Amino acid sequence: MPGLRNTSFTVRIVVYAAIAALLLVLPFVVEPLLGRTWVRIIDVALLFVMLALGLNIVVGFAGLLDLGYVAFFAVGAYVYALLASPHFGIHWPFFLVLPLGAAVACFFGVLLGAPTLRLRGDYLAIVTLGFGEIIRIFLNNLNRPVNITNGPLGITLIDPIRFGDVSLSQHHVLGDLTFAPVHSYYYVFLACALLSIAISLRLEDSRIGRAWIAIREDEVAAKAMGIHTRNVKLLAFAMGASFGGISGGLFAAFQGFVSPESFALLDSIMILCMVVLGGMGHVPGVVLGAILLTALPEALRYVGPLQQSWFGEVLIDPSDLRMLLFGLALVLMMLFRPAGLWPSRVRKREFAE
Amino acid sequence: MDIFLQQIINGLVLGSIYALVALGYTMVYGILGLINFAHGDIVMVGAMVALAVFQLLAAAGLPVPITLLVALAASMTICIALGVSIERVAYRPLRRAPRLAPLITAIGVSILIQYSAALIWGKQYIALPPLFKTTQLHLGGAHLTDLQAAIFLLACTVMATLYWFVTRTRLGAAMRATEQNPDIAGLMGININLIIALTFVIGSGLAAVAGLMVVLYYGIGHYYMGFILGLKAFTAAVLGGIGNVTGAMLGGLLLGVIESLASGYIGDLTGGVFGSNYRDVFAFLVLVLVLIFRPSGLMGQPSAERA
Repeated sequence: MPGLRNTSFTVRIVVYAAIAALLLVLPFVVEPLLGRTWVRIIDVALLFVMLALGLNIVVGFAGLLDLGYVAFFAVGAYVYALLASPHFGIHWPFFLVLPLGAAVACFFGVLLGAPTLRLRGDYLAIVTLGFGEIIRIFLNNLNRPVNITNGPLGITLIDPIRFGDVSLSQHHVLGDLTFAPVHSYYYVFLACALLSIAISLRLEDSRIGRAWIAIREDEVAAKAMGIHTRNVKLLAFAMGASFGGISGGLFAAFQGFVSPESFALLDSIMILCMVVLGGMGHVPGVVLGAILLTALPEALRYVGPLQQSWFGEVLIDPSDLRMLLFGLALVLMMLFRPAGLWPSRVRKREFAE
Repeated sequence: MDIFLQQIINGLVLGSIYALVALGYTMVYGILGLINFAHGDIVMVGAMVALAVFQLLAAAGLPVPITLLVALAASMTICIALGVSIERVAYRPLRRAPRLAPLITAIGVSILIQYSAALIWGKQYIALPPLFKTTQLHLGGAHLTDLQAAIFLLACTVMATLYWFVTRTRLGAAMRATEQNPDIAGLMGININLIIALTFVIGSGLAAVAGLMVVLYYGIGHYYMGFILGLKAFTAAVLGGIGNVTGAMLGGLLLGVIESLASGYIGDLTGGVFGSNYRDVFAFLVLVLVLIFRPSGLMGQPSAERA
């Protein structure tokens, strides 16, 4: 909260308490106003906050352009789906599978990072893009001769998150409130998202975070100053991938279903755009970007009925219109506000030069 | 042995198309240092325009060569107009911006073109109306259709002309100078904006030719077809050494052959575990291997740092 930096301690406490209260009651405010769909959209937005923060470590902090980030999301989701569903008949508990998914994603992150660390910028972007596509092709085709991923059909009936005997896929009544699964997941995702924000903020100010920023600004100089660039970059890949893996696991548990379709290149680009549109390397900006880019396309769904009432027919399919506007937004954004909607002070200065 | 020869032939034909597309990537990258993600989509537009022309003219009963020429002229005009306007509107204002900005813009442009095409032509596959019958020529135990031969020869002719243009003409020299150092080239009296626009004209023109070839070769078009083709062509450009025109030609042919051989033999080599549905993986594997072992590509000067 940059605007709050100079205000008194009491004011800050009040503001934070208000935000906390709002976040706590949010689903029960949104549901009567906009319907349960929007509670679900908020859940998804929180997942994307985590994803965007993970990618922000790689792109925003360390300056390594990753266009295949969704692959780590996919790895996390599939690890969860394979180890907690009837597909193989394995039902390991969520507390075991989720970290395992993060670990496997982390491993893939290092696997991708290690050979490509000599490359910078655009080349890295293309290699990571290729990596993302390779993962998707394998997910699509590893259903024969041995059926591992169930191919394009995906894996269904994935176990929900369970805390002891409490399963988040059931309704729970607490006093006057009924917690539907979307509500329960909201609180879990909110906790995870807040934790991600906290980790990101702490990382940014840490020794490692400063090393990343140094590499982003000038790799040669950073190396000359004694930063072990290879290890530090690998660490960025590993941590970013772990964030992706955890979000993937949560996604699988939330949806109860995964298929390769959810992990297309466009999703990687979408996450990258959240980071860039919000304000690369700036945690509040990235969070804003993730929320905006999840919510706005959903709002465009209302455009279909609107066209119907104005023109008597649906001229442009809302999902196509969404993509058209998305492409246009990317171009206009880069032309007129390339530092993002909410840039950090350092980046603002860089772009002003 | 017959399969081997056959796959080489198929690979060379496919590779010549990749090479045409790769030239567009490599020239823009050489001058602007930008991966023009929208280039594959320009190929798609060329293909779709050609298909539209074929569908319009199929019933008219015109001779085949005239139909082909009209289609080529139409797609070249539209692709060049598109390429030049993209450069003018989206890339030129960002020439001095940090590297990420034009890349994101290019992605945005790519998405814009794709979904505009979806609006215009719909999202279904569009089939090529029957224009002519191909005849098969026999080469040892392998087959070569006259269409394949025509594609390969046309691509080679176009590339030879381009090579001559870049190495032997004044404009070509200006292009190479701009590639070396735009600022100094500008001081020497070269009109940089003109040269960059010319690069997009040539690249988009070649993209139109490639689009027409893809349509004739595969017989279908689709609003999304430019993307994977573009990626492979980019791989070809990297394989040959990005920024290097000869390299792009060589890289394209080589990638086509590698892909054909790999998808022809992978089933046998792995005992049927992996089939030819993995064919798109090879381009990326090639890309990763090249970048690890020879980042400057086959023909390029070592400059890994800038990459």
